[in-house]
Order: sequence, then C-alpha cells, then structure tokens
Amino acid sequence: MTADRPERLRLTSICKRYGELKANDQIDLAVGAGEIHAVLGENGAGKSTLMKIIYGVTQPDSGTLFWEGQPVEIQSPAIARQLGIGMVFQHFALFQTLTVAQNIALALEADIDDTELARRITEVSQRYGLPVDPQRLVHTMSVGERQRVEIVRCLLQSPKLLIMDEPTSVLTPMAVQTLFVTLRRLASEGVSILYISHKLDEIRSLCDSATVLRGGRVVTHTLPRNESNDSLARLMVGSAPAPCVLELQDTGAKQLEVNDYCLASPEAFGVDLQDINLTVRSGEIVGIAGVSGNGQKELAAALSGETVGPHRGWLRIAGQTADHQGPTRRRALGMAFVPEERLGRGAVPNLSLADNALLTGSAMGLATKGVRRPRRMAAYAREIIQRFKVRCGGEQSIAQSLSGGNLQKFIVGREIGLQPKLLLVSQPTWGVDVSAAQLIRNALIELRNSGAAILVISEELDELFMICDRIAVITKGRLSPAYPRAQLSTESIGLLMSGSEGEQHA
Amino acid sequence: MSSDLFIAIFTSTIVAATPLVYAALGELVVERAGVLNLGVEGMMLIGALAAFAVNASTGHTGLAYMAAALAAALLALLFAILTLSLQANQVATGLALTLFGLGLSAFLGRNLAGMPAVTLQPLALPWLRDLPLIGPLLFRFDAAVYGSLLLYWAISHFLRNTRAGLRLRAVGESATVAHSLGQPVMRIRYAATLFGGLTSGLAGAYLSTALTPMWVEGMSSGRGWIALALVVFATWRPARVLLGAYLFGGMTVLQLHSQALGLHVPSEALSMLPYIATIVVLVLICRNPKTILLNQPASLGRNFHPDA
Repeated sequence: MTADRPERLRLTSICKRYGELKANDQIDLAVGAGEIHAVLGENGAGKSTLMKIIYGVTQPDSGTLFWEGQPVEIQSPAIARQLGIGMVFQHFALFQTLTVAQNIALALEADIDDTELARRITEVSQRYGLPVDPQRLVHTMSVGERQRVEIVRCLLQSPKLLIMDEPTSVLTPMAVQTLFVTLRRLASEGVSILYISHKLDEIRSLCDSATVLRGGRVVTHTLPRNESNDSLARLMVGSAPAPCVLELQDTGAKQLEVNDYCLASPEAFGVDLQDINLTVRSGEIVGIAGVSGNGQKELAAALSGETVGPHRGWLRIAGQTADHQGPTRRRALGMAFVPEERLGRGAVPNLSLADNALLTGSAMGLATKGVRRPRRMAAYAREIIQRFKVRCGGEQSIAQSLSGGNLQKFIVGREIGLQPKLLLVSQPTWGVDVSAAQLIRNALIELRNSGAAILVISEELDELFMICDRIAVITKGRLSPAYPRAQLSTESIGLLMSGSEGEQHA
Repeated sequence: MSSDLFIAIFTSTIVAATPLVYAALGELVVERAGVLNLGVEGMMLIGALAAFAVNASTGHTGLAYMAAALAAALLALLFAILTLSLQANQVATGLALTLFGLGLSAFLGRNLAGMPAVTLQPLALPWLRDLPLIGPLLFRFDAAVYGSLLLYWAISHFLRNTRAGLRLRAVGESATVAHSLGQPVMRIRYAATLFGGLTSGLAGAYLSTALTPMWVEGMSSGRGWIALALVVFATWRPARVLLGAYLFGGMTVLQLHSQALGLHVPSEALSMLPYIATIVVLVLICRNPKTILLNQPASLGRNFHPDA
C-alpha cells in the first residue's frame, strides 16, 4: 500500500480451520482507498475462505478486521453491506426467475419505488458503461450480461470496497477489457477493489498491489508490475512445472462423428444444441473452447449418452451409429468419459475409491459375472493413486473426503487407465493445482500419442493451446468448425466466442 | 325451477371450495418461501377441533375462528422449529405433523363428538341480498366465504406487487443467494410457515362451523392433501389455486346431486370423481414442463443453513 492512500481495510492474523485443514493461517492484508489489490493463489490456497470472512459469510477463528481504522466484527453479509463492502460472486448470486430491477431491489436497504429504481439503474449503468435493461428476466441473459447486473447492483449501494471473485472466468477476451476499464474508473473514484484471480496477465495489467497465498498462508506482498508471469507463478506454486510437448503426428480412423446434431435442452435454463458437426480421429486431441454456459454441459451430456432425448442428426462412435444408446452402450464401443461435475457424476460421493474404480472398470476384469473382485479393484485404484499422485488415505478412502483437485486426478486417471479408443473430458483441470494440472495434460498427450482420439471441453484457453491439435468454439449451442491450432490466436478465438450477435449488447 | 337448482349448485360449490381456498392459498405462500409443509391435513384437523370446541362452549363464531387459527399456527410453529431451526427433513416432519394432528384432535375431541353447535350464519347484507338472482347467488354467503376471496386478492397483490412479496419469492428461489444479499431468510421462512398454519386453521374452522357444523374424527377427509396437490398442479399461482378449488368444490356438489338422482353408479365411484377431475384438469392446464420449472420455487423443501 502506498503512503498517500488512507487505509480502508486491514486484516491481522486471520485464522480459519475446517477440521484438520487450516484454510487461512495468520493472514495479514491491507487495502487502501482507490487501490486495486490482487489476491493471488491456486485453488485451495485459501482465497475464497478469506473473501467469505471479509464479506461476513463465515467468521474467522481468530484475528481482527479493521475497517477504516476501527476494529469490526462482520457477522453477516448484511453487516458487510452496511459498512460498504460489495461482492461480485464467481457463481452469480442472482435470482433467475426475477427481472434485473427486482434482483437489484432485493439488495437495497431502503424500499424505493420502481420508477426511481429504474432511473438509478440506468444512471449507474450509463456512467460506468455497463448497459443493462431493468425489465429483462435474468434467465434470458448471457453470462456476461449477468455479471454486469451483479456489478451494477453492487455499485448502486455506492460501495467503498468491491470484492471480485474470479470475474473474468465467464467473459470473452473483449469483455474482459471492458470490465477493466470500468474497474479502473471505479478505483479512480476512490473505490477499493479486491481482485481474486489466478490469471497472471490480468493481475499484472490491472492491479496496483498483490498478496500471494499458498496453502492458506501469505507467501508475500508484492507489486505485480515489478514481477513477470514466471516469477508470480513461482510464488504461487513454489516451483515452475514442466511444460507440455505436443508433436505433430498422423491421425487415423474417425472415432467420433457428429452430423447436424440438434438437441433441445431438458432443463429450464439450459442451452439447446444446434446443428453440431464434429469429427475426432485417432491420434488427435480436439478442444472445444467457449465461455461457460454456452452449451458445453449439454454437449458433454449428448456425447456421453446421458441425454439421448428426441434429436435431429446423428452421431457415430467408432463407426457405429450411437444416437439412441445410453452411456453404458457407448462405453462398450470404446468411449470413456470424464464429466465436469466430480461428485455425483464422476464419482459416487460416499463410496471408496476402489468401489468408484469398479463403476466404469468392470470390463477391466474388476468384476466377473457380476461379482466384484475386491483385490483387483484395490490394485487398480492403487495404480491410479500412484501414477497421478492422488493425495488421499489409500484406495479405501471415501470419494467425498478428497479435495476437488485430487478427486479429479483420480477420475481422469481411472478413465485413462481404461485405455479408451475415444476419451471425452470436460474441464480436465478445473480446481486442480498447477503441477497436477500439468500431470493430467501430459497423461492426455501420452494417450493421444498411443493412438486414442480425445475431445477436451475447457474454459481455459491457455490449456487448449497447450494440448490440442485442433480447436473449435461453442457459442449459444452452436459449434464452429475445428481449426488447427497453428491457425488460431487468442484474438481469433475471442471473435468466434462472441459469435454473430453475441457481444453486441455485451 | 331450474334457476333455483343452479343457484343451489353454485352456492354449495363455493361453500364446499372455501376450506380448500384457505388451506391451499396459505400453503402456496409457505411453498413460495421454499418450505414444504405436508402437515396441512393435521393443522386443518386441529383447527377444526379448536373452532368446534370454542363454538360449542361460547357460541361465538368469531372467537372460534381465532382459536382455530391460533391452534394450527402453534402446530406450524412446531414444524418451523423442527425444520428451520433444527434442520429436520421437511417431508418427514410434515408427514409426522399430519399424523400428530390426526391423533391429537381425535384424542382431545373424543367427548365432543355428537355435540350440537351453532352454524356460521350468512352475513347480513341488507338490500344487496334481496336483489333478484344476484342476491341469492352472490350476497347470501357467510363472512368466511368473502374472507377467502379477500385472502386471494391480498395474497396475489402481496406476491406480485409488494417488496415483501418479492423477498419471499427470492428466499424460495435461492435461500443462499438471498442470505448473501443480506435478506433475513430464517425470519421470512418462519413468518410464511406460521401464516400457512393460520390459514389451515381457518380452513379447518370452516369445516366444523359451516360445512358440517359438528365434530367428527378425521373430518377433513383428505382435503389437506387436495390443498397440497392443488398448489403443485396450479404451478404455484394463486388464480389457478382458486380455479382448482372451485372445480373441486363443483365436482363434489355435482356428485352429491347425481347420487340423489339415483344413477346406477356405485356411490364410491362418484365420490372419487372430484379428486380425479380436479387433478386431470389441472394437469392439462399446465402440461408444459418449463412453466412448472419457472414457477416452482427452486429451493422448495431444501433446508438452509447460513454457515454451509
């Protein structure tokens, strides 16, 4: 913090435990008025816990918060808001069935009448370049628009401190630039901003100062302008991970063919898939990029066989028509699948890892004639745990006792271990720390080199550029052609993401 | 003559539907706040008993309704403490509440069966009640019938136009989000649950002071469950609840009349008719699954804990 800024928020020795885990350990942090302060760290480093403490969602076990020099106890979000703390959540805190104006009215202290409210919404949204229509229903809006609603809602309470939790994970590259303009403008008007992210470029271009967390502790306070991406990554991770190597190779037979496939989403706020065309051959990794909520979930469910419903077009797996087949039949054709949701879809939460290995691995000899073979199951689970360095208490640990990243390693390992001809992976490294993410990516590349066809759906562009031979972009349920990686750049993908009409009002 | 018959059928339809209107509208408010209270039947019975006991001993119907509302609200308070504060499962607790209300009312009312009581009298509306046709059709009901229409209007207005109604719907859609915006989730859910108890009590009171002015064990005969079903099939919209209730009332009356006509249909089959007809009609009205998803309170029946 620079000396000429009055102090707004200061934390001293904040500690918070969840059972055995020290989520926050002796955290100190100070933010001045008008300062954009980055909180940087891997998943599980304690960023979210810290923000929850500041916003009053949970209480610290020990330590003190000072608000404008005075010690305070923030026992609930309501109190935080009274102090002038606003938060824009990563997974938005909006009511889908209500209009923008209603959503905003719910967050305001005083009851103001509807015309006055609409006037103030328009005023704020014009002043900060955040166009929103007060009368629209939230569930009809794109993710970027929803984020604007959240920001406008915070601004209407004239906050003194704004917490932004991974705000760019749902935005196209262009929308990120617009957001930064807004944030800089707010800071120049004296609003302090706590900016949580693990994207290093963003932090270096936006933030005045940074606090780096690792394993629940503060590693250092630093000025991001004076750091490089590498040095920041080293601070965050502790060591720099080995890079991925993807060598060009010849591709083989078509393992997955999708032709003019249309499927209406069974969910109320889902995205309908429209005219999907896609081919994945042996020996290549095809990536699907896109801003979250553009049909990735629906596409994964359609390809895995979870949603077979009434559809148009057809899809073939290993040359065989599979439109009407469920997940089990598709797996029998040589497909394996890692879903985005780990607990509940990827693994049964209260079964052991060995039992979870059996779920997809009965063809591996883990069961004969419907009877499970506990020793083989345990051996297979141990193999995965060793190869993917899954941190757990052995193959009999219950799935839900693992952290998200470790469970992800186990599930990816389980599916790769099946030696599939076609592997479908949704968000392979979501919530996984940097070194483990690299391990997973290298395992995927190794599987490709051995001749498997792999389809990766991911929201991390950097990741797709690291591991994919070809990349397609999904926007509002439509899929672009898959272009070779060399023909693409972040900018060209950004253009594809914004689609034909997508970002006109975004 | 036929106009007399029409008037008779119309007015008895309204009367037969009134307890359902009270119970279902109250439950609608509860469910819109995200709480699923399956104890409506039990609360109605307790209300019916309380109203009958007070009515029989004092002869004062206003007092009887107040007692019914209070007694059923106490039961609702018990439900709220168990599910909201102590995080018990709402479905199981609601079922237990119904069984508890059934047993408790039978036990406390064992000496009241067969006692005579005052029937709720039509409201004295001079001049209006003497209008030709419209008078007997619309202005000869008791106060509780007009009260139910007032309740319908008030709840529609509350949910659609007021800030407090917006808060209630918000809590029903996502308690976690509402909490993070500083809304008092617990207080809103307690208030809604108590309100639902209150109206269930009124519904019960109407049974034992107007519809059949006596006390019979289990006299609600499944109306609490019909009220619950109405709320769902009406996709949580007050106007459709009203429609469903009158439909049910109408079918009940019609089947009584057709029994009187001596049709060669078993009376049991005719008694089933209102239940079947109501459900079939309401299912047809809301066939589109997306309408249901849009109107259904997304956090219905899910417990909320501020720290989790």
